[in-house]
Amino acid sequence: MSAPLINVPKSAKRGEIIAIKTLISHEMETGFRYGSNGVLIPRNIITEFVCTYNGDEIFRANFYPAVAANPFLTFYTVASASGKFAFQWTGDNGYSETATAEIVVE
Amino acid sequence: MSARADGLFALCLATLMHAIPAAAGEIAAADRRSDYEFMSRDTRVMQDDDSSNPGMLWVNDGEALWTRKVGEFSCMDCHGDARVSMKGVAARYPVFDAIRGRPMDLEERIMSCRINHQNATPFAYESKELLALEAFVARQSRGMPIETGSDARLKPFIEAGRELFNRRQGQLNISCAQCHDDNWGKRLAGNAVPQGHPTGYPLYRLEWQTLGSLQRRLRACLFGVRAETYPFGAPENVALELYLMVRARGMAMDAPAVRP
Repeated sequence: MSAPLINVPKSAKRGEIIAIKTLISHEMETGFRYGSNGVLIPRNIITEFVCTYNGDEIFRANFYPAVAANPFLTFYTVASASGKFAFQWTGDNGYSETATAEIVVE
Repeated sequence: MSARADGLFALCLATLMHAIPAAAGEIAAADRRSDYEFMSRDTRVMQDDDSSNPGMLWVNDGEALWTRKVGEFSCMDCHGDARVSMKGVAARYPVFDAIRGRPMDLEERIMSCRINHQNATPFAYESKELLALEAFVARQSRGMPIETGSDARLKPFIEAGRELFNRRQGQLNISCAQCHDDNWGKRLAGNAVPQGHPTGYPLYRLEWQTLGSLQRRLRACLFGVRAETYPFGAPENVALELYLMVRARGMAMDAPAVRP
């Protein structure tokens, strides 16, 4: 399972609005499909995504079965201080994945 | 493709074929256009940015597999840095394999390496591992022109592929050429009919929600015209892959591509 792809600018000016993009590998099985054997394929999706910036939560999203496989998110924040973005995805069957990214704010 | 989408596809295809008399012949070199050019701006942006192109998830997996020892050797132990040794390789496949006396595509080459040199069990077609290695190798040819088919021994197989491409098949009784040579650029169920140049395989198809090989694409097309699909690895599939690559000679590779 490959690591999530994170796109955060390496540096930004204080007060600048920056875009953050995340892409994660996940099949996002809806729980509504039947296999070729006629048996319902159990739901297996990411249910929640949280991003923190130096410990403060800046973005949160709940995912549902209609979200496509390999979910891609873009969101924005104000570059206020140098530090660390932490990303966490959680989901069905105990799924949990994390990633971090650093930014320098001048 | 879902049964419902397939039904719609077939209906539109039948309508298209009746409404438009077939033009003649193969596409002139100057008129060739990558499938990329038929895509929406959003899909192009998705492909061009490595942090939004889902194919890169497979490329990264492939890079990890490249360095992982299987039995005695990893891919890297023989081939070294793929960024050097695999540059331009995918743009030359399928190649003529002298031992088998027939063309071999990149997937079969990877499997053959795995069986003969790593003494490991082959990957299944369309498995995540095989697509990942193929995507990682193909990525090293991005931007390079397709050069497949310069080996003279490939000639009869290219001709076989051309014949298959022009053969009417299935319940709808149409050939690949009737869409992709004669009617490209027109609309089919809301989508542009592309010319069908395989510049970006393996590619991430939004409809599949996953990466897929050219053979999967060929099988999906045959299914769409209600023809018998060739099994993965069948000589017909490889001949078609070969013909399509020769048909796209000189066009730039853009693997792993994103397609609707």
